[in-house]
Amino acid sequence: MIALLDLGIGNLSSVQSGFARAGGETVIVPSGEAWAHLLAGGAPIEGLVLPGVGAFGDAMFQLRTSGLLPVVRQMARDGKPVLGICLGMQLLLSISEEHGSHVGLGIIPGTVTRFPSTVKVPHMGWNNLVQVAHHPLLRDIKPGDYVYFVHSYRAQLQNEKHLLAAADYNGITVPAVIGKDNILGTQFHPEKSGRVGEVILRNFVQICIAAQVAEGRAPR
Amino acid sequence: MLTKRIIPCFDVLDGRVVKHVGFLENRRDAGDPVALAKRYSDEGADELVLLDISASEEGRLATHRVVEEVAQQVNIPLTVGGGVATIDDVRALLLAGADKVSMNTGAVRNPQLIKEAAHRFGEQCVVVAIDANLNQTMGTYEVMIQGGKIGTGMEAVTWAKKAVDMGAGEILLTSFRQDGTREGFDLPLTRLVAAAVNVPVIASGGAGKKEHFFDVLTEGQADAALAASIFHFEETSIFQVKSHLRQKGVPIRWETA
Repeated sequence: MIALLDLGIGNLSSVQSGFARAGGETVIVPSGEAWAHLLAGGAPIEGLVLPGVGAFGDAMFQLRTSGLLPVVRQMARDGKPVLGICLGMQLLLSISEEHGSHVGLGIIPGTVTRFPSTVKVPHMGWNNLVQVAHHPLLRDIKPGDYVYFVHSYRAQLQNEKHLLAAADYNGITVPAVIGKDNILGTQFHPEKSGRVGEVILRNFVQICIAAQVAEGRAPR
Repeated sequence: MLTKRIIPCFDVLDGRVVKHVGFLENRRDAGDPVALAKRYSDEGADELVLLDISASEEGRLATHRVVEEVAQQVNIPLTVGGGVATIDDVRALLLAGADKVSMNTGAVRNPQLIKEAAHRFGEQCVVVAIDANLNQTMGTYEVMIQGGKIGTGMEAVTWAKKAVDMGAGEILLTSFRQDGTREGFDLPLTRLVAAAVNVPVIASGGAGKKEHFFDVLTEGQADAALAASIFHFEETSIFQVKSHLRQKGVPIRWETA
């Protein structure tokens, strides 16, 4: 079962429907208390998704006040697969310049900056992925496959090795898929990216199952 | 490379898709919204826009159910608008599963709504729809509200710029004089607005054949093109439009699976 963190805003139902289409069972977790309750009930949580629509500062505030921040840290430390989507991916980085300066989770080193005004902002629509590294999350993704982006800020990674796939927006490189060990992120919305997005969500489900097996626990 | 988008639009009245010529007259039933949404998505639609034209509270609730169903079954972005006047309307539609909410009359009457929605939910989900009509007296395009019934005296480009300053993440621009004519999009209007704002512009109104899409996405400088009736009644398909664009070298999303 994959836990979807509920930060109060955003398209949680879309993400949930997306996983349902991709064959992944999900549970929505609105708070640290709900999380504790789930664990106490013996829920088999195999992975975590940090969805996100909205503003960076508000989302970090929500993570803190809802008691979900330690949940993300715990899962990250335990080596469980974590997937940040859109703003959720940006939250994994160190600092964002969205409406001021905000500290992020700092799990993947890098900053989040606004697109320059030389391009239309948001970067909105379908853009093709340029894969720069092999990763199970990108299994069966073909060169040039299109995914749906909608964002005004982009990641700037400190370490290039965390870049798995990029997109080109009028000459600006957009980190589209990032990853560091068990921590993964997509700048685009896989749940809104048609067939290609469905493949990526299915891959994440597989990654969660594989992690269970590696831990020596039988997948359900 | 970012691609140009082809967006079918439905008008939904009390839970059914309807099609009308011009803003006001000649309504015809055009089918079940969920079935249509799936068909368009399969044919390669890049997004869907659903406009709620129900007048009653009951009709609106029926439409919210449609939004929920479409959002559950379709894996491309969904914009919903129609009668959005308060921040609670925006929230309700997002909760029902809309990815973006389009506001028109409500935003003209209360521009703060744009700002508040952008602040609360992010500018990427705020679409400001502008219905514009060439006003001979003004000599410019005038913003119309209430489905084109009322002129505001406001100039379309000025309003588009203001809407973007307030936080609109996208402009859905409909030419009142072209809408329903099938004679082509309003290229001068689209170009004026697209050149004036730094957010994507969806051109709407007047699509009659595949060549019109090419014109508005190149000469008209639109980022996306929207049409309703020509797709509903299968005069051309999204596939045909996209094949044409692809042939002519316009960057579009092409699924090869």
